[in-house]
Amino acid sequence: MRSEWTKFRSVRSTMWSMATVVVVMVGFSILNSKISLDMIDKEPLGDPAALSMAGAQFATLVVAALGVLVISGEYRTGMIRTSLLAVPRRGRMLAAKVIVFTLAVLALMLVTTLVSFFAGQLVLGEHGVALTEGDSLRIVLGSALYITATGLFGLAVGTVIRHTAGGIVAITVLLLILPQLATVLPGEAGAQVMKYITSTAGMRIMSPASDALLPPWTGFGVYLLWVAAAMALALTLLRRRDA
Amino acid sequence: MITAEDLTKRYRSTLAVDGLSFTVESGRVTGFLGPNGAGKSTTMRMMLGLDRPTGGVARIDGVPYAELRHPLRKVGALLDAKAVHGGRTARDHLLQLAQSNGLPASRVGEVLEKVGLTEVARRRVGGFSLGMAQRLGIAGALLGDPEILIFDEPVNGLDPEGILWIRTLMRGLAAEGRTVFVSSHLMSEMAQTADHLIVIGRGRLIADTTVSEFISRSAQRYVRVRSPQLRSLAALLNGAATGLSGDHLRVPGRTTEEIGEAAAAAGIPLHELTMVEPSLESAYMELTQDSVEYTAVAS
Repeated sequence: MRSEWTKFRSVRSTMWSMATVVVVMVGFSILNSKISLDMIDKEPLGDPAALSMAGAQFATLVVAALGVLVISGEYRTGMIRTSLLAVPRRGRMLAAKVIVFTLAVLALMLVTTLVSFFAGQLVLGEHGVALTEGDSLRIVLGSALYITATGLFGLAVGTVIRHTAGGIVAITVLLLILPQLATVLPGEAGAQVMKYITSTAGMRIMSPASDALLPPWTGFGVYLLWVAAAMALALTLLRRRDA
Repeated sequence: MITAEDLTKRYRSTLAVDGLSFTVESGRVTGFLGPNGAGKSTTMRMMLGLDRPTGGVARIDGVPYAELRHPLRKVGALLDAKAVHGGRTARDHLLQLAQSNGLPASRVGEVLEKVGLTEVARRRVGGFSLGMAQRLGIAGALLGDPEILIFDEPVNGLDPEGILWIRTLMRGLAAEGRTVFVSSHLMSEMAQTADHLIVIGRGRLIADTTVSEFISRSAQRYVRVRSPQLRSLAALLNGAATGLSGDHLRVPGRTTEEIGEAAAAAGIPLHELTMVEPSLESAYMELTQDSVEYTAVAS
Protein backbone atom coordinates (compact mmCIF):
# COMPACT_ATOMS: atom_id res chain seq x y z
CA MET A 1 0.00 0.00 0.00
CA ARG A 2 2.79 2.38 0.86
CA SER A 3 4.34 1.33 -2.38
CA GLU A 4 1.17 2.19 -4.31
CA TRP A 5 1.02 5.54 -2.56
CA THR A 6 4.58 6.29 -3.67
CA LYS A 7 3.65 5.32 -7.20
CA PHE A 8 0.51 7.46 -7.06
CA ARG A 9 2.17 10.62 -5.84
CA SER A 10 5.42 10.35 -7.76
CA VAL A 11 4.12 10.95 -11.29
CA ARG A 12 3.17 14.32 -12.67
CA SER A 13 -0.19 13.31 -14.12
CA THR A 14 -1.57 12.67 -10.63
CA MET A 15 -0.63 16.08 -9.35
CA TRP A 16 -1.88 17.83 -12.47
CA SER A 17 -5.27 16.10 -12.42
CA MET A 18 -5.69 16.77 -8.73
CA ALA A 19 -4.82 20.44 -9.14
CA THR A 20 -7.18 20.74 -12.11
CA VAL A 21 -10.01 19.26 -10.11
CA VAL A 22 -9.56 21.69 -7.24
CA VAL A 23 -9.35 24.71 -9.54
CA VAL A 24 -12.34 23.61 -11.59
CA MET A 25 -14.53 22.83 -8.60
CA VAL A 26 -13.86 26.03 -6.71
CA GLY A 27 -13.74 28.18 -9.86
CA PHE A 28 -17.04 26.92 -11.27
CA SER A 29 -18.67 27.33 -7.89
CA ILE A 30 -17.76 31.01 -7.69
CA LEU A 31 -18.52 31.66 -11.36
CA ASN A 32 -21.81 29.86 -11.39
CA SER A 33 -23.03 31.46 -8.18
CA LYS A 34 -22.13 34.88 -9.55
CA ILE A 35 -23.93 34.31 -12.86
CA SER A 36 -27.04 32.94 -11.15
CA LEU A 37 -27.05 35.84 -8.76
CA ASP A 38 -26.89 38.32 -11.64
CA MET A 39 -29.85 36.63 -13.31
CA ILE A 40 -31.90 36.23 -10.20
CA ASP A 41 -34.60 38.61 -11.54
CA LYS A 42 -35.14 36.58 -14.70
CA GLU A 43 -35.10 33.05 -13.30
CA PRO A 44 -35.21 31.45 -9.87
CA LEU A 45 -31.90 30.65 -8.21
CA GLY A 46 -32.26 26.92 -7.82
CA ASP A 47 -30.63 24.95 -5.01
CA PRO A 48 -27.73 27.05 -3.67
CA ALA A 49 -25.75 24.00 -2.61
CA ALA A 50 -26.13 22.39 -6.04
CA LEU A 51 -25.07 25.66 -7.67
CA SER A 52 -21.78 25.58 -5.82
CA MET A 53 -21.19 22.04 -7.09
CA ALA A 54 -21.42 23.15 -10.72
CA GLY A 55 -17.87 21.99 -11.42
CA ALA A 56 -18.59 18.45 -10.28
CA GLN A 57 -19.50 17.08 -13.71
CA PHE A 58 -16.23 18.28 -15.16
CA ALA A 59 -14.24 17.21 -12.13
CA THR A 60 -15.84 13.78 -12.45
CA LEU A 61 -14.40 13.35 -15.93
CA VAL A 62 -10.93 14.43 -14.84
CA VAL A 63 -10.97 12.02 -11.90
CA ALA A 64 -12.33 9.22 -14.11
CA ALA A 65 -9.44 9.84 -16.51
CA LEU A 66 -7.03 9.78 -13.57
CA GLY A 67 -8.50 6.43 -12.51
CA VAL A 68 -7.87 5.06 -15.99
CA LEU A 69 -4.33 6.47 -16.04
CA VAL A 70 -3.33 4.95 -12.71
CA ILE A 71 -3.40 1.51 -14.32
CA SER A 72 -3.18 2.17 -18.08
CA GLY A 73 -0.03 4.19 -17.46
CA GLU A 74 1.53 1.01 -16.13
CA TYR A 75 0.52 -0.94 -19.20
CA ARG A 76 1.73 1.78 -21.57
CA THR A 77 5.20 1.83 -20.05
CA GLY A 78 5.46 -1.87 -19.25
CA MET A 79 5.71 -0.88 -15.59
CA ILE A 80 2.92 -3.38 -14.90
CA ARG A 81 5.42 -6.23 -15.31
CA THR A 82 7.79 -4.62 -12.84
CA SER A 83 4.86 -4.10 -10.46
CA LEU A 84 3.73 -7.71 -10.77
CA LEU A 85 7.26 -8.97 -10.17
CA ALA A 86 7.23 -7.08 -6.88
CA VAL A 87 3.66 -8.09 -6.00
CA PRO A 88 2.82 -11.24 -7.96
CA ARG A 89 -0.53 -11.68 -6.23
CA ARG A 90 -2.56 -9.65 -8.65
CA GLY A 91 -5.62 -9.27 -6.47
CA ARG A 92 -3.44 -7.75 -3.77
CA MET A 93 -1.90 -5.34 -6.22
CA LEU A 94 -5.28 -4.18 -7.46
CA ALA A 95 -6.65 -3.94 -3.91
CA ALA A 96 -3.72 -1.76 -2.85
CA LYS A 97 -4.31 0.50 -5.82
CA VAL A 98 -8.03 0.78 -5.05
CA ILE A 99 -7.47 1.61 -1.38
CA VAL A 100 -4.79 4.22 -2.03
CA PHE A 101 -6.80 5.81 -4.83
CA THR A 102 -9.99 5.89 -2.77
CA LEU A 103 -8.37 7.43 0.30
CA ALA A 104 -6.38 10.01 -1.63
CA VAL A 105 -9.19 11.12 -3.92
CA LEU A 106 -11.88 11.05 -1.25
CA ALA A 107 -9.79 13.15 1.14
CA LEU A 108 -9.04 15.70 -1.52
CA MET A 109 -12.63 15.80 -2.77
CA LEU A 110 -14.08 16.28 0.70
CA VAL A 111 -11.91 19.33 1.20
CA THR A 112 -12.57 20.59 -2.33
CA THR A 113 -16.33 20.25 -2.19
CA LEU A 114 -16.45 21.96 1.20
CA VAL A 115 -14.30 24.84 -0.04
CA SER A 116 -16.45 25.07 -3.19
CA PHE A 117 -19.59 25.12 -1.10
CA PHE A 118 -18.44 27.90 1.18
CA ALA A 119 -16.97 29.90 -1.69
CA GLY A 120 -20.27 29.64 -3.55
CA GLN A 121 -22.34 30.63 -0.52
CA LEU A 122 -20.02 33.58 0.08
CA VAL A 123 -20.78 34.85 -3.43
CA LEU A 124 -24.51 34.22 -3.01
CA GLY A 125 -24.51 36.13 0.25
CA GLU A 126 -28.04 36.43 1.61
CA HIS A 127 -29.33 33.97 -1.00
CA GLY A 128 -26.92 31.31 0.20
CA VAL A 129 -27.61 28.44 2.60
CA ALA A 130 -25.84 26.98 5.61
CA LEU A 131 -24.24 23.54 5.38
CA THR A 132 -26.80 22.19 7.82
CA GLU A 133 -29.73 23.59 5.88
CA GLY A 134 -31.93 21.41 3.66
CA ASP A 135 -30.04 18.91 1.49
CA SER A 136 -26.80 20.91 1.52
CA LEU A 137 -24.67 18.50 3.52
CA ARG A 138 -25.89 15.54 1.48
CA ILE A 139 -25.15 17.35 -1.77
CA VAL A 140 -21.68 18.43 -0.70
CA LEU A 141 -20.63 15.05 0.69
CA GLY A 142 -22.43 13.33 -2.15
CA SER A 143 -20.36 15.19 -4.72
CA ALA A 144 -17.16 13.99 -3.09
CA LEU A 145 -18.51 10.42 -2.92
CA TYR A 146 -19.74 10.40 -6.51
CA ILE A 147 -16.50 11.79 -7.91
CA THR A 148 -14.44 9.27 -5.94
CA ALA A 149 -16.64 6.36 -7.02
CA THR A 150 -16.30 7.51 -10.61
CA GLY A 151 -12.53 7.50 -10.26
CA LEU A 152 -12.77 3.85 -9.19
CA PHE A 153 -15.03 3.17 -12.17
CA GLY A 154 -12.24 4.60 -14.34
CA LEU A 155 -9.66 2.46 -12.58
CA ALA A 156 -11.70 -0.68 -13.23
CA VAL A 157 -12.32 0.21 -16.87
CA GLY A 158 -8.63 1.05 -17.33
CA THR A 159 -7.70 -2.38 -15.96
CA VAL A 160 -10.05 -4.07 -18.42
CA ILE A 161 -9.01 -2.00 -21.46
CA ARG A 162 -5.28 -1.65 -20.55
CA HIS A 163 -4.93 1.37 -22.82
CA THR A 164 -5.12 5.04 -21.89
CA ALA A 165 -7.05 6.48 -24.83
CA GLY A 166 -9.30 3.44 -25.13
CA GLY A 167 -9.97 3.47 -21.40
CA ILE A 168 -10.91 7.14 -21.37
CA VAL A 169 -13.21 6.67 -24.34
CA ALA A 170 -14.85 3.68 -22.66
CA ILE A 171 -15.46 5.47 -19.38
CA THR A 172 -16.83 8.50 -21.26
CA VAL A 173 -19.24 6.28 -23.14
CA LEU A 174 -20.36 4.69 -19.89
CA LEU A 175 -20.82 8.00 -18.07
CA LEU A 176 -22.10 10.34 -20.77
CA ILE A 177 -23.29 8.51 -23.86
CA LEU A 178 -24.99 5.51 -22.32
CA PRO A 179 -27.29 7.67 -20.11
CA GLN A 180 -28.15 9.78 -23.18
CA LEU A 181 -29.01 6.71 -25.21
CA ALA A 182 -31.17 5.43 -22.38
CA THR A 183 -33.36 8.55 -22.49
CA VAL A 184 -34.60 7.66 -25.96
CA LEU A 185 -35.79 4.21 -24.85
CA PRO A 186 -39.51 4.11 -25.55
CA GLY A 187 -42.36 3.81 -23.10
CA GLU A 188 -42.68 3.35 -19.36
CA ALA A 189 -40.15 0.48 -19.34
CA GLY A 190 -37.63 2.74 -21.03
CA ALA A 191 -38.11 5.43 -18.40
CA GLN A 192 -37.60 2.82 -15.67
CA VAL A 193 -34.36 1.51 -17.23
CA MET A 194 -33.07 5.04 -17.74
CA LYS A 195 -33.14 5.69 -13.97
CA TYR A 196 -30.68 2.90 -13.32
CA ILE A 197 -28.05 3.81 -15.90
CA THR A 198 -24.58 4.72 -14.53
CA SER A 199 -24.33 8.47 -14.03
CA THR A 200 -28.10 9.08 -14.07
CA ALA A 201 -28.32 6.96 -10.93
CA GLY A 202 -25.01 8.05 -9.43
CA MET A 203 -25.53 11.78 -9.76
CA ARG A 204 -28.70 11.63 -7.63
CA ILE A 205 -26.45 11.83 -4.56
CA MET A 206 -25.25 15.31 -5.48
CA SER A 207 -28.49 16.72 -6.87
CA PRO A 208 -31.70 18.05 -5.34
CA ALA A 209 -34.33 15.33 -4.95
CA SER A 210 -36.47 14.60 -7.98
CA ASP A 211 -39.60 12.47 -8.27
CA ALA A 212 -38.80 11.32 -11.80
CA LEU A 213 -35.55 9.67 -10.72
CA LEU A 214 -34.27 7.39 -7.95
CA PRO A 215 -33.91 8.71 -4.37
CA PRO A 216 -30.37 10.02 -3.72
CA TRP A 217 -28.88 7.15 -1.71
CA THR A 218 -30.66 4.47 -3.73
CA GLY A 219 -29.27 6.02 -6.88
CA PHE A 220 -25.77 6.07 -5.44
CA GLY A 221 -26.16 2.45 -4.31
CA VAL A 222 -27.10 1.45 -7.84
CA TYR A 223 -24.06 3.35 -9.12
CA LEU A 224 -21.79 1.50 -6.70
CA LEU A 225 -23.14 -1.75 -8.13
CA TRP A 226 -22.02 -0.61 -11.58
CA VAL A 227 -18.57 0.18 -10.20
CA ALA A 228 -18.41 -3.13 -8.34
CA ALA A 229 -19.38 -5.05 -11.47
CA ALA A 230 -16.67 -3.30 -13.48
CA MET A 231 -14.14 -3.99 -10.71
CA ALA A 232 -15.08 -7.68 -10.58
CA LEU A 233 -14.55 -7.95 -14.33
CA ALA A 234 -11.23 -6.11 -13.97
CA LEU A 235 -10.03 -8.49 -11.26
CA THR A 236 -11.04 -11.59 -13.21
CA LEU A 237 -9.26 -10.42 -16.35
CA LEU A 238 -6.20 -9.21 -14.46
CA ARG A 239 -5.81 -12.63 -12.87
CA ARG A 240 -6.36 -14.55 -16.05
CA ARG A 241 -4.37 -12.57 -18.60
CA ASP A 242 -0.65 -12.66 -19.28
CA ALA A 243 0.99 -9.47 -18.13
CA MET B 1 17.60 -23.01 -7.63
CA ILE B 2 15.09 -22.70 -10.43
CA THR B 3 13.31 -25.68 -11.88
CA ALA B 4 11.19 -25.92 -15.00
CA GLU B 5 9.02 -28.99 -15.36
CA ASP B 6 7.50 -29.72 -18.70
CA LEU B 7 6.88 -26.01 -19.20
CA THR B 8 4.63 -25.34 -22.18
CA LYS B 9 3.14 -22.20 -23.65
CA ARG B 10 0.80 -22.07 -26.59
CA TYR B 11 -0.38 -18.88 -28.27
CA ARG B 12 -3.33 -19.84 -30.43
CA SER B 13 -1.72 -21.87 -33.20
CA THR B 14 1.95 -21.41 -32.28
CA LEU B 15 3.72 -23.45 -29.66
CA ALA B 16 6.17 -20.95 -28.17
CA VAL B 17 7.54 -23.23 -25.47
CA ASP B 18 7.25 -26.97 -25.88
CA GLY B 19 7.70 -29.17 -22.80
CA LEU B 20 10.85 -27.59 -21.38
CA SER B 21 12.40 -29.24 -18.33
CA PHE B 22 15.65 -28.13 -16.74
CA THR B 23 17.25 -27.01 -13.50
CA VAL B 24 19.26 -23.87 -12.89
CA GLU B 25 21.81 -24.47 -10.13
CA SER B 26 23.22 -21.95 -7.70
CA GLY B 27 26.77 -20.63 -7.60
CA ARG B 28 27.24 -20.35 -11.32
CA VAL B 29 26.14 -18.36 -14.32
CA THR B 30 23.74 -20.35 -16.44
CA GLY B 31 23.35 -19.08 -19.96
CA PHE B 32 19.98 -19.45 -21.60
CA LEU B 33 20.63 -19.53 -25.27
CA GLY B 34 18.57 -19.70 -28.39
CA PRO B 35 17.91 -17.86 -31.63
CA ASN B 36 15.43 -15.00 -31.63
CA GLY B 37 11.92 -16.34 -31.21
CA ALA B 38 13.09 -19.55 -29.56
CA GLY B 39 10.94 -18.93 -26.48
CA LYS B 40 13.54 -17.58 -24.04
CA SER B 41 11.60 -14.55 -22.88
CA THR B 42 8.35 -16.47 -22.68
CA THR B 43 10.04 -19.09 -20.51
CA MET B 44 11.43 -16.41 -18.22
CA ARG B 45 8.05 -14.69 -17.93
CA MET B 46 6.46 -18.00 -16.96
CA MET B 47 9.15 -18.54 -14.32
CA LEU B 48 8.29 -15.14 -12.88
CA GLY B 49 4.54 -15.64 -12.81
CA LEU B 50 3.86 -13.01 -15.48
CA ASP B 51 2.61 -15.44 -18.10
CA ARG B 52 0.48 -18.41 -17.27
CA PRO B 53 1.91 -21.66 -18.64
CA THR B 54 -0.39 -23.70 -20.84
CA GLY B 55 1.14 -26.74 -19.18
CA GLY B 56 3.83 -27.62 -16.67
CA VAL B 57 5.20 -25.56 -13.83
CA ALA B 58 8.23 -23.46 -12.92
CA ARG B 59 9.42 -23.27 -9.33
CA ILE B 60 11.79 -21.07 -7.38
CA ASP B 61 13.34 -23.21 -4.60
CA GLY B 62 10.33 -25.47 -4.89
CA VAL B 63 7.67 -22.75 -4.81
CA PRO B 64 5.89 -21.08 -7.74
CA TYR B 65 6.97 -17.43 -7.99
CA ALA B 66 3.48 -16.07 -7.45
CA GLU B 67 3.36 -17.70 -4.03
CA LEU B 68 6.46 -15.97 -2.70
CA ARG B 69 5.60 -13.56 0.09
CA HIS B 70 8.37 -11.04 -0.64
CA PRO B 71 9.54 -12.13 -4.10
CA LEU B 72 12.14 -9.37 -4.49
CA ARG B 73 14.04 -10.75 -1.50
CA LYS B 74 14.32 -14.11 -3.24
CA VAL B 75 14.52 -13.31 -6.94
CA GLY B 76 15.80 -10.23 -8.72
CA ALA B 77 14.81 -9.98 -12.34
CA LEU B 78 15.51 -7.65 -15.20
CA LEU B 79 13.31 -8.42 -18.18
CA ASP B 80 12.96 -5.12 -20.00
CA ALA B 81 14.94 -2.12 -18.86
CA LYS B 82 12.40 0.26 -20.34
CA ALA B 83 9.51 -1.26 -18.35
CA VAL B 84 9.39 1.67 -15.95
CA HIS B 85 7.16 4.72 -15.76
CA GLY B 86 9.17 7.49 -17.39
CA GLY B 87 7.62 10.22 -15.28
CA ARG B 88 9.02 8.89 -12.04
CA THR B 89 12.47 9.61 -10.66
CA ALA B 90 14.97 6.77 -10.31
CA ARG B 91 14.80 7.10 -6.55
CA ASP B 92 10.99 7.01 -6.39
CA HIS B 93 10.90 4.03 -8.72
CA LEU B 94 13.19 2.02 -6.46
CA LEU B 95 11.58 3.32 -3.27
CA GLN B 96 8.22 2.09 -4.45
CA LEU B 97 9.69 -1.36 -5.21
CA ALA B 98 11.38 -1.47 -1.80
CA GLN B 99 8.17 -0.56 0.01
CA SER B 100 6.20 -3.24 -1.80
CA ASN B 101 8.50 -5.91 -0.38
CA GLY B 102 9.02 -4.48 3.08
CA LEU B 103 12.61 -3.48 2.38
CA PRO B 104 14.18 -0.51 4.19
CA ALA B 105 14.39 2.72 2.19
CA SER B 106 18.13 2.73 2.85
CA ARG B 107 18.51 -0.10 0.32
CA VAL B 108 17.58 2.35 -2.44
CA GLY B 109 20.67 4.47 -1.85
CA GLU B 110 22.84 1.36 -1.58
CA VAL B 111 21.81 -0.15 -4.89
CA LEU B 112 21.95 3.22 -6.67
CA GLU B 113 25.51 3.51 -5.41
CA LYS B 114 26.30 -0.02 -6.57
CA VAL B 115 25.15 0.61 -10.15
CA GLY B 116 26.60 4.11 -10.24
CA LEU B 117 23.38 6.10 -10.58
CA THR B 118 23.60 8.07 -7.34
CA GLU B 119 24.06 11.35 -9.17
CA VAL B 120 20.95 10.97 -11.32
CA ALA B 121 18.76 9.53 -8.55
CA ARG B 122 16.41 12.51 -8.66
CA ARG B 123 16.10 12.68 -12.43
CA ARG B 124 13.07 11.32 -14.24
CA VAL B 125 13.64 7.89 -15.70
CA GLY B 126 12.14 8.84 -19.06
CA GLY B 127 15.25 10.82 -19.92
CA PHE B 128 17.64 7.94 -19.22
CA SER B 129 19.76 6.39 -21.95
CA LEU B 130 19.42 2.66 -22.52
CA GLY B 131 22.62 2.08 -20.58
CA MET B 132 21.30 4.05 -17.60
CA ALA B 133 17.91 2.34 -17.80
CA GLN B 134 19.70 -1.00 -17.79
CA ARG B 135 21.61 -0.01 -14.68
CA LEU B 136 18.38 1.11 -13.03
CA GLY B 137 16.80 -2.24 -13.90
CA ILE B 138 19.75 -4.02 -12.34
CA ALA B 139 19.49 -1.80 -9.27
CA GLY B 140 15.87 -2.96 -8.99
CA ALA B 141 16.93 -6.58 -9.32
CA LEU B 142 19.57 -6.23 -6.58
CA LEU B 143 17.27 -4.29 -4.24
CA GLY B 144 16.17 -7.26 -2.13
CA ASP B 145 19.65 -8.83 -2.02
CA PRO B 146 18.19 -11.94 -3.71
CA GLU B 147 19.81 -15.37 -4.03
CA ILE B 148 18.51 -15.76 -7.54
CA LEU B 149 18.98 -13.36 -10.44
CA ILE B 150 17.28 -13.55 -13.80
CA PHE B 151 18.36 -11.31 -16.68
CA ASP B 152 16.78 -11.28 -20.12
CA GLU B 153 19.22 -10.14 -22.80
CA PRO B 154 20.97 -7.73 -20.43
CA VAL B 155 23.66 -6.59 -22.85
CA ASN B 156 21.38 -5.84 -25.79
CA GLY B 157 22.09 -2.37 -27.08
CA LEU B 158 24.83 -1.62 -24.58
CA ASP B 159 28.20 -0.09 -25.39
CA PRO B 160 31.36 -2.16 -24.74
CA GLU B 161 31.90 -0.53 -21.37
CA GLY B 162 28.36 -1.40 -20.28
CA ILE B 163 28.74 -4.95 -21.54
CA LEU B 164 31.94 -5.41 -19.58
CA TRP B 165 30.31 -3.99 -16.47
CA ILE B 166 27.37 -6.39 -16.66
CA ARG B 167 29.61 -9.34 -17.39
CA THR B 168 31.78 -8.58 -14.35
CA LEU B 169 28.71 -8.05 -12.20
CA MET B 170 27.19 -11.40 -13.18
CA ARG B 171 30.44 -13.27 -12.57
CA GLY B 172 30.69 -11.56 -9.20
CA LEU B 173 27.14 -12.47 -8.22
CA ALA B 174 27.71 -16.12 -9.11
CA ALA B 175 30.99 -16.11 -7.17
CA GLU B 176 29.02 -15.03 -4.11
CA GLY B 177 27.08 -18.27 -4.46
CA ARG B 178 23.99 -16.85 -6.11
CA THR B 179 22.05 -18.38 -8.95
CA VAL B 180 22.45 -16.34 -12.11
CA PHE B 181 20.26 -17.17 -15.10
CA VAL B 182 20.88 -15.02 -18.13
CA SER B 183 19.46 -15.24 -21.62
CA SER B 184 21.12 -14.22 -24.84
CA HIS B 185 20.95 -14.96 -28.52
CA LEU B 186 24.66 -14.21 -28.77
CA MET B 187 26.86 -17.23 -28.31
CA SER B 188 30.04 -15.18 -28.08
CA GLU B 189 28.63 -13.28 -25.12
CA MET B 190 27.74 -16.49 -23.29
CA ALA B 191 31.17 -17.96 -23.99
CA GLN B 192 32.68 -15.21 -21.86
CA THR B 193 30.17 -15.19 -19.05
CA ALA B 194 28.45 -18.53 -18.55
CA ASP B 195 29.60 -21.71 -16.83
CA HIS B 196 26.65 -23.74 -17.87
CA LEU B 197 24.41 -23.60 -20.91
CA ILE B 198 20.79 -24.33 -21.57
CA VAL B 199 20.16 -24.11 -25.28
CA ILE B 200 16.69 -24.05 -26.76
CA GLY B 201 15.32 -23.79 -30.26
CA ARG B 202 11.68 -23.51 -31.26
CA GLY B 203 10.68 -23.89 -27.64
CA ARG B 204 12.47 -27.19 -27.18
CA LEU B 205 15.53 -28.11 -25.17
CA ILE B 206 18.54 -28.68 -27.43
CA ALA B 207 21.30 -28.89 -24.85
CA ASP B 208 21.80 -28.65 -21.09
CA THR B 209 25.52 -28.88 -20.51
CA THR B 210 28.72 -27.08 -19.50
CA VAL B 211 30.24 -24.67 -21.96
CA SER B 212 33.33 -26.78 -22.65
CA GLU B 213 31.33 -29.96 -23.07
CA PHE B 214 29.02 -28.13 -25.41
CA ILE B 215 31.90 -27.24 -27.72
CA SER B 216 33.64 -30.56 -27.75
CA ARG B 217 30.41 -32.44 -28.24
CA SER B 218 28.95 -30.44 -31.03
CA ALA B 219 31.83 -29.37 -33.21
CA GLN B 220 35.02 -31.11 -34.19
CA ARG B 221 38.46 -29.61 -34.26
CA TYR B 222 40.23 -29.91 -37.58
CA VAL B 223 43.51 -29.01 -39.24
CA ARG B 224 43.43 -26.46 -42.01
CA VAL B 225 46.04 -27.08 -44.70
CA ARG B 226 46.98 -25.04 -47.76
CA SER B 227 49.34 -26.37 -50.36
CA PRO B 228 50.04 -25.86 -54.09
CA GLN B 229 49.56 -29.63 -54.42
CA LEU B 230 46.19 -30.05 -52.72
CA ARG B 231 45.23 -33.14 -54.73
CA SER B 232 48.34 -35.13 -53.96
CA LEU B 233 48.02 -34.09 -50.33
CA ALA B 234 44.39 -35.27 -50.22
CA ALA B 235 45.41 -38.61 -51.74
CA LEU B 236 48.16 -38.91 -49.17
CA LEU B 237 45.64 -38.41 -46.36
CA ASN B 238 43.50 -41.29 -47.61
CA GLY B 239 40.18 -39.49 -47.75
CA ALA B 240 40.46 -38.03 -44.26
CA ALA B 241 40.32 -34.55 -45.79
CA THR B 242 37.37 -32.53 -46.99
CA GLY B 243 37.08 -29.31 -48.99
CA LEU B 244 39.10 -30.43 -51.99
CA SER B 245 37.32 -28.00 -54.31
CA GLY B 246 38.45 -24.91 -52.38
CA ASP B 247 41.89 -23.47 -51.74
CA HIS B 248 42.44 -25.46 -48.58
CA LEU B 249 41.70 -28.81 -46.98
CA ARG B 250 40.02 -29.51 -43.67
CA VAL B 251 41.34 -32.55 -41.89
CA PRO B 252 39.51 -33.64 -38.79
CA GLY B 253 40.95 -36.20 -36.41
CA ARG B 254 44.64 -35.60 -37.19
CA THR B 255 47.24 -33.47 -35.49
CA THR B 256 49.35 -30.83 -37.24
CA GLU B 257 52.44 -32.92 -36.51
CA GLU B 258 51.07 -35.98 -38.28
CA ILE B 259 50.09 -34.04 -41.39
CA GLY B 260 53.26 -31.95 -41.49
CA GLU B 261 55.52 -34.99 -41.21
CA ALA B 262 53.52 -36.95 -43.78
CA ALA B 263 53.70 -34.06 -46.23
CA ALA B 264 57.44 -33.64 -45.67
CA ALA B 265 58.01 -37.37 -46.24
CA ALA B 266 56.11 -37.16 -49.54
CA GLY B 267 57.86 -33.92 -50.53
CA ILE B 268 54.68 -31.84 -50.69
CA PRO B 269 55.21 -28.18 -49.80
CA LEU B 270 52.78 -26.66 -47.30
CA HIS B 271 51.71 -23.01 -47.20
CA GLU B 272 49.60 -23.28 -44.10
CA LEU B 273 49.08 -25.79 -41.35
CA THR B 274 46.71 -24.69 -38.62
CA MET B 275 44.77 -26.42 -35.88
CA VAL B 276 41.30 -24.86 -35.89
CA GLU B 277 39.45 -24.91 -32.57
CA PRO B 278 35.74 -24.63 -33.11
CA SER B 279 34.26 -21.53 -31.52
CA LEU B 280 31.23 -21.68 -29.30
CA GLU B 281 29.55 -19.63 -31.97
CA SER B 282 30.00 -22.25 -34.67
CA ALA B 283 28.95 -25.02 -32.31
CA TYR B 284 25.84 -23.07 -31.55
CA MET B 285 25.08 -22.30 -35.17
CA GLU B 286 25.40 -25.97 -36.02
CA LEU B 287 23.05 -26.98 -33.24
CA THR B 288 20.38 -24.42 -33.83
CA GLN B 289 20.47 -24.44 -37.60
CA ASP B 290 17.31 -26.49 -37.82
CA SER B 291 15.51 -24.48 -35.23
CA VAL B 292 15.86 -20.95 -36.48
CA GLU B 293 12.37 -19.68 -36.96
CA TYR B 294 13.09 -16.80 -39.29
CA THR B 295 15.84 -17.48 -41.78
CA ALA B 296 16.94 -15.04 -44.41
CA VAL B 297 16.35 -16.53 -47.83
CA ALA B 298 19.55 -16.57 -49.87
CA SER B 299 18.99 -14.68 -53.10
